[in-house]
Amino acid sequence: MSAIIEVDGLRRTFSVRRRRSRFRRERHEVRAVDGISFELGAGEAVGYIGPNGAGKSTTVKMLTGILVPSGGRLRVAGLDPSARRTELARHIGVVFGQRTGLWWDLPLRDSYELLGRIYRVPRPTYDANLERLVDLLDLGPLLEQPVRQLSLGQRMRGDIAAALLHDPTILYLDEPTIGLDVMSKAKLRQFLRELNTESGTTILLTTHDLVDIEQVCRRVMVIDHGRLVFDGGFEQLHREGGARRTVVVDLAAPTEPLSVPGATVSRIDGPRQWLSLPAGASSAPVVAALGARDDLIDLSIQEPAIEDVITALYTR
Amino acid sequence: MAEAVRGFAIIAGAWMRAAMTYRTSFVLGTVVQFVITFMDFAAIIIMFGHIEAFGGFSISEIALLYAISGFGLGAADLLVGNAEALGRRIRDGSFDQMLVRPVPALVQVAADHFALRRLGRIAQSSAVLAWAMSAAPIDWTVARVVVLVAAMASGSVIFSAIFVMGGAFQVFAGDAAEVANAFTYGGNTLTQYPLTIYPTELVKGVTFIVPLAFVNWYPGLYILGIDDPFGLPDWLRFASPVAALVFVAAAAAIWRTAVRRYRSTGS
Amino acid sequence: MGPTNTDRAPGAVSLYSALAVRGFRRYATYRAATAAGAFTNSVFGVIIAYTYIALWEARPDLGGYGVAQALTFAWIAQALLAPTGMFGGFIIDDLSERVRTGAAAIDLHRPVSLLGLRLAEDLGRAAYHLLARGLPPTIVGALLFDLAWPDRITTWVAALLSIALAVVVGFGLRFLLGLLAYWIIDLYGPAWVLVVMQLFFSGMMLPLVVFPDWLRRIADVLPFRCLIQIPIDVFLSDDTGTAVLPLLGVQLLWISVLLGAGSALTRFAVRKVVIQGG
Repeated sequence: MSAIIEVDGLRRTFSVRRRRSRFRRERHEVRAVDGISFELGAGEAVGYIGPNGAGKSTTVKMLTGILVPSGGRLRVAGLDPSARRTELARHIGVVFGQRTGLWWDLPLRDSYELLGRIYRVPRPTYDANLERLVDLLDLGPLLEQPVRQLSLGQRMRGDIAAALLHDPTILYLDEPTIGLDVMSKAKLRQFLRELNTESGTTILLTTHDLVDIEQVCRRVMVIDHGRLVFDGGFEQLHREGGARRTVVVDLAAPTEPLSVPGATVSRIDGPRQWLSLPAGASSAPVVAALGARDDLIDLSIQEPAIEDVITALYTR
Repeated sequence: MAEAVRGFAIIAGAWMRAAMTYRTSFVLGTVVQFVITFMDFAAIIIMFGHIEAFGGFSISEIALLYAISGFGLGAADLLVGNAEALGRRIRDGSFDQMLVRPVPALVQVAADHFALRRLGRIAQSSAVLAWAMSAAPIDWTVARVVVLVAAMASGSVIFSAIFVMGGAFQVFAGDAAEVANAFTYGGNTLTQYPLTIYPTELVKGVTFIVPLAFVNWYPGLYILGIDDPFGLPDWLRFASPVAALVFVAAAAAIWRTAVRRYRSTGS
Repeated sequence: MGPTNTDRAPGAVSLYSALAVRGFRRYATYRAATAAGAFTNSVFGVIIAYTYIALWEARPDLGGYGVAQALTFAWIAQALLAPTGMFGGFIIDDLSERVRTGAAAIDLHRPVSLLGLRLAEDLGRAAYHLLARGLPPTIVGALLFDLAWPDRITTWVAALLSIALAVVVGFGLRFLLGLLAYWIIDLYGPAWVLVVMQLFFSGMMLPLVVFPDWLRRIADVLPFRCLIQIPIDVFLSDDTGTAVLPLLGVQLLWISVLLGAGSALTRFAVRKVVIQGG
């Protein structure tokens, strides 16, 4: 499997001005990305996760050519993104979670038409791709609407279709599930999973929601304060991280600590009990076992926060 | 270059088609533009209610100068006027989106929000030009027609360069975008009148520093067959295309520096 | 429940002053844009100054002005451009935005009148613009050219008063236009119509004293001359009292007409919002 993205010692520093007092302004350097190295093979689906401000978006901006690195070596599809931006642009698709790549005032269909021509997608390919994407992402009823009238979830689906119209080799998604409801998130994750397995599109997904990655990717890279603190599979992450999931159970009346295989009771407060299980394990058997009880009122599952995972990684 | 033109045509075309769906709004907008830009000439007409000559020039001669300058500004505004909005694009994140597409950044910034209604200014200037061409005491020769066309083209390029520089400036100076207005709309207002009304230092400034005088004044002197009142050399009259090329090269360099700066600092 | 008149309520003065301060502060944050604006005003001031010099040298005493008066006109007009909202914006954009986002419905149900609130804020804004965008070009103009300054303190006071009244007239015009946002989605056309009329009939394009009679008569029955021509007439007046009082009177008359219309239109807007459910 050839490497489609090669990153070696990547660095990016920002000069930040801060007002110390009315008359003094200080300049200090912020190392947003501080020596990151990794390789991505063609067809991989990788999650890039870290707390806010860890350097995720900065890395993506360098990979896509928006930002020029301060140091290190970077090759995407054999090209240097900062030097050959427009050439590389033909082979990549980017979805920014917080800004749209669509034209706000135009109908959705017009945006696609425009992109199809910008990317020089041959007409038959364009028609086929559009039909397929509209079908997979449920965009049919939205095509004639101006983008500004779409809800966040609809716009996100529209943005993903826009990024895939030209059959890019690599798809970058920067925080795509922010602000989405549970249903939309689930559908999105499924779409991305299938895109990767069926079309072989390389996917780099940045997020601070662990479940995004769990559902879509087979490999996780954890970034914190500009450095890569973990690069491996999900099971390994949970093992090394030691993170745990929590199932919060509300019972009809206080009882003695529940005995559920695979989970341990970590806390009891009246009729409410907290069950802890390893994050890598599926919560389904635990939920099923609880569901069989007739004194169950409600339960909810709390995922480990990425901060907890990282803390755990540091203290392993 | 062809790639750039193609990219511009595609994007601007989409905006044009979108504008056309609101046909009445577009027509109204164009008419509004026509009226607003005509106001300047209305002021000139009112002035000539009291005088025969202004700065030594008759109203038809001034109309010629006015129209060439207005045409240049109008064409520039239509094609790259949106370059001035670079600051806004950066702030709302759409510039990053543009950098991810296989089209040159300037083309996208210029074509974004392409407003066909800006034809209003071009139409108005053309109308005044048509009148001036027949009413002014011009001894038409082939050379004079060539110089006229060259002036209109050069003027468009020179004003375009100022718009682009205004946009580039925003990467360095953020909110101070309005400074460019002083040179685009201010430049247009300044060149509407014969430069004889201004002090020599100012005329030299708009000849050698910001080449606004090449938009219409020097070509105008040739077309109208008038000797340079400031005694500057005759060959300046044919130098508009050269001035335009030099100036636009400077603008391109400044733009590239600005984009490089943005990509190196992220803001 | 519509807006009620609370002008006599305790704390009204402090409310409105607080709003004025807020308006001042809000626009004071745009330091770079204001500096750029002052620069642009200065550049236009220079261009227009030379234009007027040429015009008045060709026709001395045109409209009763000497060159010094004409130059003073040019520079004061530039100074008043931003405070009077010559190019629209401000309240027009604010109201359009609030109608678009739906926040406008709340505006109409506050116990204090929308017009009063916005006027107070606009006065604060105008004060900032007068200082930050009006003063610098005036200084530039005074340094480069010989301007005609009033001899008497009373003239200065009257001029400042007239400027304040001009700001209120400007607000009245823009407020009315902004209210149209409740009925018309795209204010682009109407806003520019207002700007064109303001530019032309205020004296900004050319002093109204230069207009041919028929055009002057039209300008005299319109409110726009309150924005530029009248304050400058007060500034240039060489004897106060008989010349100045009628001018201030015209401004006050238009203020009552425009603010009255604004108040009435606000009530219509309330009714519309109530009927349509916001």
